[in-house]
Amino acid sequence: MLASPMSAQASQAPVTAFVPEQCCLSIQQFNLAYAGKMALRNLTLDVPRHRVTAFIGPSGCGKSTLLRAINRLHDLNETVTHGGHIQLEGQDIHSSQMNVTELRRRVGMVFQTPNPFPMSIYENVAFGLRLQRRLPKRKRDDIIEWALTSAALWDEVKDRLHRSAWQLSGGQQQRLVIARTLAVQPDVLLLDEPASALDPISTLKIEELIRNLKSQLTLVLVTHNMQQAARVSDYTAFLQHGELVEYGPTDQVFTNPQLQRTENYITGRMT
Amino acid sequence: MKRRSPHTIREATWLRDGLWPWLCAACVALSLLMLAALLTLLVTRGLSHFWPATLEEVTLGSGDIIIGQSVREAPLPQNAGLERLYFTGNREITGANWRWVSVDDITQQSTPNDLIRLERTPWGDFIGRLIAVESEGQQLTGQEAWDHVKNALTMPPSQRANSELLLATADGQTLRQPVSGISHFQAPNAMSWGQKTYVWGQNVWRFLSQGPRAANTGGGVWPAIFGTVLMVILMSVMVTPFGVLAAIYLNEIAHQNRLTRLVRIGVRNLAGVPSIVYGVFGLGVFVYGIGGSIDTWFFSDELPSPTFGTGGLLWASLTLALLTLPVVIVATEEGLARIPDAQREGAVALGATRLEMLTRVVLPMATPAMLTGVILAVARAAGEVAPLMLVGVAKLAPQVPLDGEFPYLHLERKFMHLGYHLFDTAFHGEDVQAAIPLVYATALLLVLIVLALNLTAIFLRHHLRRQRGNEC
Repeated sequence: MLASPMSAQASQAPVTAFVPEQCCLSIQQFNLAYAGKMALRNLTLDVPRHRVTAFIGPSGCGKSTLLRAINRLHDLNETVTHGGHIQLEGQDIHSSQMNVTELRRRVGMVFQTPNPFPMSIYENVAFGLRLQRRLPKRKRDDIIEWALTSAALWDEVKDRLHRSAWQLSGGQQQRLVIARTLAVQPDVLLLDEPASALDPISTLKIEELIRNLKSQLTLVLVTHNMQQAARVSDYTAFLQHGELVEYGPTDQVFTNPQLQRTENYITGRMT
Repeated sequence: MKRRSPHTIREATWLRDGLWPWLCAACVALSLLMLAALLTLLVTRGLSHFWPATLEEVTLGSGDIIIGQSVREAPLPQNAGLERLYFTGNREITGANWRWVSVDDITQQSTPNDLIRLERTPWGDFIGRLIAVESEGQQLTGQEAWDHVKNALTMPPSQRANSELLLATADGQTLRQPVSGISHFQAPNAMSWGQKTYVWGQNVWRFLSQGPRAANTGGGVWPAIFGTVLMVILMSVMVTPFGVLAAIYLNEIAHQNRLTRLVRIGVRNLAGVPSIVYGVFGLGVFVYGIGGSIDTWFFSDELPSPTFGTGGLLWASLTLALLTLPVVIVATEEGLARIPDAQREGAVALGATRLEMLTRVVLPMATPAMLTGVILAVARAAGEVAPLMLVGVAKLAPQVPLDGEFPYLHLERKFMHLGYHLFDTAFHGEDVQAAIPLVYATALLLVLIVLALNLTAIFLRHHLRRQRGNEC
């Protein structure tokens, strides 16, 4: 467990306290270090259920690291150490009762570059389902149709479900990846700059999708694009140097930031 | 893989960069030229051997008459003109199959249609004339004799009528030849092009489908083809899983530190070890070590004659598997390293365990690279001869290691190999002149087999790639 004096100091920085109405993910004094180098310092924030929460901040501020920590993707890297707690619906994700594959089913993740698997569109969406349990084909087909429809892709691919997923365009691929994640019915969807590799029209489709999905699940979005955060998110957290600087409703953070650092970043006066 | 689109750059550089692009192009051209020359040589020399060549009847200044096939000409020393080599056959009469004749010495030369060429056992080829056929006390001549022989040859030797051919050599000697000893009968001068092509096809087929005769200077190479292909297949079956698992461990499971780097360097360097060294290792460890132990434990009643304690198909395949292991490991590792981490993370983020991620996403994506490794391994293994000489290849093993007798695949048997057959034909035969065309034909065949094995693997890889889109 990391409880360095540095992180204690960081916590004294004025962070806007904010407690949402219904908490889905609760991050408490979370620290994380890559090979001893601190990447996240004493983060505390609550992510509200069925809302879109955006993490913004300059490159290297730790927003992607935080997102990956929620999925426990850092388990793959032995040099990563962490301290503090992340709770999903009140349950610590690092606790021994938490099965990591079950956690990852409940917390889906979409990456910056679309990463469909080298198989058919159908098999991509079925991938997560096949990992869990045997389903009758009809049931599976239904779930796949539902997932693709939820990801606003069904109409474009319903005639070529058994063609290679790599033949889709970048935007379609990204929506396929979202559908693949939705198919296992997660509670939380983590999106790591999901539109940064896409063209403007695909970006708009993804944003629309994000807005539509929040009725079903909790979304956390990491983005470099301030307008995007403003357009799609309900709450915004601003991170800098691995610390949480300001967190609040998106309107408030963008129009009336409490801290000068936040305002500087949002208005582009900071490099 | 993205392809570069060099059009914009190219126009400028061709003019500006001076000579070096031409130098590079020349190197490519030269390589292609040498490759083309190699293949042309093998194809012309190898395939023309099977063509039913015209027989010439030649009268020399001394009055001697010889009948034979003109093979090639060579200059005589001190500008004394040319001398020509004739294949005359009739080894039991003249003592040799070949005769050198000075071209200036030839007074008369013709190609009569009644000249025939027989292949018989024993004694090999006969070249001369057919006078008559003696069958059941009757003497057949002319067309009847020809028809009789043709009919007889359609049957297997044991069922043929008990008839004899009366033959005449160039210098008038006659001899009798039982029809049961004839394997081939032709009168090439009387043949049309169509007939010659047919006979050529027959000869090629006989070369491919029959066993060797006359100390490997005649007959076919079927056991060698079979041995080569079977050994390469066994080798691939052994080396692929082994190499792939090793590569997975190195790239996906082991911690990346100094030790893994050292292992990697070691593996790469193993690829450079001379193949004969692997042969020595195979002989010492597989044949004498493991094979000897197997013999003492399981086949002790047959000792001192060894069963597994001598070179054989199994040990040869194992030795070559060891030889090609680095190739498979390196190729697979490179394939694994090319797979973006996003794919691995994508699978893991969906709740896949590491094993599921490996088997369902990473390995399918790395399959083309693995196949590349196997292609390279096959290409290398099919051409290796040196280590095989130590661990199981035989000069003559007409019994192929796969037959209908339990246990069907006889791993302990010695086998024939095209590469070794080539070497043996070229250097250990008694009849050097007869060996030359066979050497070319065998070399061509070896190239074609390696090509066919490679094409199979390449086709498979292409098919896999097409199946999942056009990348990777």
